[in-house]
Amino acid sequence: MSETTLGGIAGRMPKFLRRADPAVVTAFACIVLLLFLGSLYSRSFLSPEYLLQQLKVASFLGVIATGMMLVILLGQIDLSVPWAVAAGAMMACAAAAYGPVGVALAIPFGVLCGVAIGIVNGIGVAYLRIPSMIITLATNAVAQGLMVVYTGGFSPQDSATAAMRYLATGFTIPGVPNAVIIWALIGAAMVFVLTRSSFGRSVYGIGNRERAAYLSGIDTRRIVLIAFAVSGGLSAFGGVLLAGYASKAAQSMGDAYLLPSIAAVVLGGTSILGGRGSYLGTVAGVILITLLQSILSVMQMPEAGRQIIYGVVIVAMLLLYGRAPASR
Amino acid sequence: MKDWRYWLAEQRGTLLAFGIFIVMFAIYSANHPAGFTANVVQTAANKGVLLAFVAMAQTLVVITAGIDLSVGMIFTLTNCMASWLVIGTGLETAFGVLAVLGTGLLCGAVNGAIVIYGRLQPIVATIATGAVFFGLALLLRPVPGGSVNEDLADFLTGRFFGVVPASLVALLAVVLVVWVPFSRSELGRAAYAAGSSETAAYMSGVPIRRGKFLAYTLAGLLAAIGGLFLTFFTYTGEAAYASGNAYTLFSIAAVVLGGVSLFGGKGSAIGAIFGALAFRTIGDLLFVFDFDPLWQPLFQGVILLIAVSLGAFALFRVRNRLEWFL
Repeated sequence: MSETTLGGIAGRMPKFLRRADPAVVTAFACIVLLLFLGSLYSRSFLSPEYLLQQLKVASFLGVIATGMMLVILLGQIDLSVPWAVAAGAMMACAAAAYGPVGVALAIPFGVLCGVAIGIVNGIGVAYLRIPSMIITLATNAVAQGLMVVYTGGFSPQDSATAAMRYLATGFTIPGVPNAVIIWALIGAAMVFVLTRSSFGRSVYGIGNRERAAYLSGIDTRRIVLIAFAVSGGLSAFGGVLLAGYASKAAQSMGDAYLLPSIAAVVLGGTSILGGRGSYLGTVAGVILITLLQSILSVMQMPEAGRQIIYGVVIVAMLLLYGRAPASR
Repeated sequence: MKDWRYWLAEQRGTLLAFGIFIVMFAIYSANHPAGFTANVVQTAANKGVLLAFVAMAQTLVVITAGIDLSVGMIFTLTNCMASWLVIGTGLETAFGVLAVLGTGLLCGAVNGAIVIYGRLQPIVATIATGAVFFGLALLLRPVPGGSVNEDLADFLTGRFFGVVPASLVALLAVVLVVWVPFSRSELGRAAYAAGSSETAAYMSGVPIRRGKFLAYTLAGLLAAIGGLFLTFFTYTGEAAYASGNAYTLFSIAAVVLGGVSLFGGKGSAIGAIFGALAFRTIGDLLFVFDFDPLWQPLFQGVILLIAVSLGAFALFRVRNRLEWFL
């Protein structure tokens, strides 16, 4: 990378831009570029209604990507997102079948199922030292198996409760969808945890060098376990919101969220090796991915083209600023 | 230690996988309503060989301490491609087979180039290229269909002399043509060395980049051979997302069962083949014991979970706690 030319340009920019991560700036620049290209295609692209709608769609991915970011900051990865999302949604809907108590507890129950998946991941990674990519694939398969058995034997209730629909599609503040407010709240909490709490500091520390973090007295295994549990819980909560949005839960509803959530985090400048990254970048990544998806669907690009463009864009952007240092 | 003891220590994972497979297959064929007949063996071989090819592909990459989450999608893409090209006269069919294998090589080379020369993490890079490969597959086959040269397909999925499953012979041929030369070549050793300790290999002047690149490229080729055989079995091409993903997942399970270390540098494709055959047999055990097929995904998931947790036993041998953190 041409550090010197970047530095030269940065020297003439205002102070807050100079301090910003180049990856985050690039991501925001790409968002502006996408909006510009979109507005050339259709005038309604810049209308407030459309943008709010995009933000609402982005908030589901945002909630899921928040958990993914926590895990990636540790230098790990969570590939159990697809079925954590689906399990959260399906279990929340299923709980609603058990009378008023079930309806009241539907959302916490769905999230708890995700937390359970996350805890299994966390135990595997932190205590059994299994590579995260492998154990999360395995728990994903087990979660899928459980859901297939559960839905196959008899058909459970799969429609969302009123509370779930309200969370995903309602308006508490006029003009601002609830889903966006939820994402903002979760995002604010995440920023607080990452920058102001010892847990957040430990996460960055473990991501940089787990050995050093352990020697400085951090209970690294507990932190990793908690991070995976939070990631599972947030994935499931994203599933609950999605079920509310679509007003029902479906088996493969989580498949479309694995690659985007990883991509959003990584495109936002978080290092896939862990230890480096800001939540602002993840926000930029989520919005970038959502806009890209939206533009492709507005242009009526078939699924095949979308997948190809998607993969190419992610590889291209990673090649721009996500490369590992050369071995020396 | 004597020579044979070294050999035993080196092949322990492979022999264990072989043992698991023999036991599982004995239980399977003993409880199969038709018993141990050529037909049962042929069906089992045809199903197992598909996963064996993909597992071999995964092994090559895992040996370099990487992972290829796009093998299942290369498998799907080449299946769709074969359903267009491997048809017609002998010459046309031969051309089609070469084109399909060439596509596999190309897919693998793209993965290798991005991971090695682009210096991206294999997980993210191959998930992304997997999306591209699946998109291409969908472009070729928006709906399932197509056909294949049935003479060739029947020849390669049938039996030789009425007893030996042709697919097993093909698997053996691929092992002899691809795996054995690779593992004995300088670049193959470089791939092992890179997986064992990249820094040490680099310092010793081992051609790690070329070794890893060859491993990724050959992985694409092996996945393409798997895709070709899928076409021979099904006579059609289908861009199925779930099936591609399942093959990626099962290939990892097979590799782990086959004694290949996910940290790289240890294991062999032979082990992964027996791992794949064992995994398939375990999955099919449910059928001979008359379980509801609904339980199969859960059963396979649990096997996978147990298989990957087995590696944790190495923790008991750790004396210094700092060795937890690699």
